[in-house]
Amino acid sequence: MSATETDLAAADWLQRKTFWAWSEGDQAELDAWLNAADENRVAYWRQSAIWARTERLAALAPAQREMRAAPIPQKPRWPGILRAAAALGVIAVLGGVTAHYVTQPRYLSYSTTIGGGETITLADGTLIQLNTDTALRTRFDEKRREVILDKGEAFFQVTHDAKRPFVVMAAGHRITDLGTKFSVKSGNSRVEVSLLEGRAEFESASGGKPQSAVLKPGDVVVATADSMKLTHKPEDVLSRQLGWRRGVLIFDNTTLANAAKEFNRYNRRKLVVGDSTAANLTIVGTFQANDVEAFADVAQFVLHLKVQKRDQETVISR
Amino acid sequence: MVETPETNPRGTAMNAPEVEAWFVREVLPLEAMLMQYLRHNWRDQSDIEDLRQEIYVRVCQAARKEIPHPAKAFVFTTARNLLIDRARKSNVVPIEAVSDLDTLGIAVDTPSPDRSLIARDELRKLQGALDQLPPRCREVLILGRIEGLTGREIAQRLGLAETTVSEHLAKGMHALTDILLRESIDLKRRT
Repeated sequence: MSATETDLAAADWLQRKTFWAWSEGDQAELDAWLNAADENRVAYWRQSAIWARTERLAALAPAQREMRAAPIPQKPRWPGILRAAAALGVIAVLGGVTAHYVTQPRYLSYSTTIGGGETITLADGTLIQLNTDTALRTRFDEKRREVILDKGEAFFQVTHDAKRPFVVMAAGHRITDLGTKFSVKSGNSRVEVSLLEGRAEFESASGGKPQSAVLKPGDVVVATADSMKLTHKPEDVLSRQLGWRRGVLIFDNTTLANAAKEFNRYNRRKLVVGDSTAANLTIVGTFQANDVEAFADVAQFVLHLKVQKRDQETVISR
Repeated sequence: MVETPETNPRGTAMNAPEVEAWFVREVLPLEAMLMQYLRHNWRDQSDIEDLRQEIYVRVCQAARKEIPHPAKAFVFTTARNLLIDRARKSNVVPIEAVSDLDTLGIAVDTPSPDRSLIARDELRKLQGALDQLPPRCREVLILGRIEGLTGREIAQRLGLAETTVSEHLAKGMHALTDILLRESIDLKRRT
């Protein structure tokens, strides 16, 4: 097979997976194709990396539409096509949780600062991606693999090992992996777990009475000190919600107040929304998590708000 | 990143996610430059894509044992060695034609071109790339990527067979990848 044929085959797999019904059988076929030759694997990596990049670009398009609707004359480039890809307004979680656990010498600690992000690969092949302002500890022995999320948000891609369960603890709640990809966000005594692939068991410490649920792909569980709620979200919504893994924030009719909160998780220069009228305006688009400037530009030129820069903060108001 | 290990959990054999992340982060941004290098140094232009693929496979196989640093020097050394190999075997191109990296002006330690580009420049780049696609591919990709339609919905919207939509999507994605990876050099010049 020539390189071009391999590239086309990779593109074909990716479009099948992205745009059409996709079963476990399809995934098995794709895995077999990927494992058949390094050429295939590399071609697929290349194709999917660039495709992922187009996602964030496409999601920027709605901001352009808003500009055209504004009184400032703009040349329309993509007439009629600029509908927002459904994205999720992410509820911001600020602040840290007190660690409930006594640190033991066998733990390894990992942390990121505000605006930071880090991917670690553990000895068993498990991949953990830390979002901004996140701290976790790992402890592995022959019987179990344990991760304690002390604060922040992390994505887990777990190498399954039936003999050594993989357990994530967050604010007293416990997630036990059954071969899976999932994310956990923890802050202000609120824990949110989103499951992308595979299965995992969630055990809640809510309200003193233990509850548990087996999570399937698309399941999102939110647990607080006294409640636990299970909902379901489409796969594309979940993957957009994980935009931070590529360093972007995706807003879809998110209020300015919530968008600012989300930005503030990633940046030391804080966004402050000055009044409630501005706070309730909604915004659509994709932004680099560290590019507060781009966001302020949209507020100024698209929403026609005032942007004032002060020492440590940027104030947006009517 | 703060790591306080007594024993480092890393440092064992590299696995696929790590190699993939390295490949995407360090190697792919070099593609425009690599293609330029190959075109300058290999007479038969119909071999270029195969050479590129062979280089990618070789560097990823090496990365599985140990992630090479810096990536750029490693990629271009691999490229040069491959061209020399091929030239010897096929007897097509004299070895002298394989230029030194220095004479090509490829500095091996400069930062990769497009990592720091902000989103707005990237949007312009994507629009440019989409504009270069054949009309049907472009239309289908826009419906899928921006309007968020599934393959089936695209077929219904455009009154096309699903297999046709599939083909346009694959062709469009393939072309878009080539365009986006190969224009990064122009962007570097502009910025």
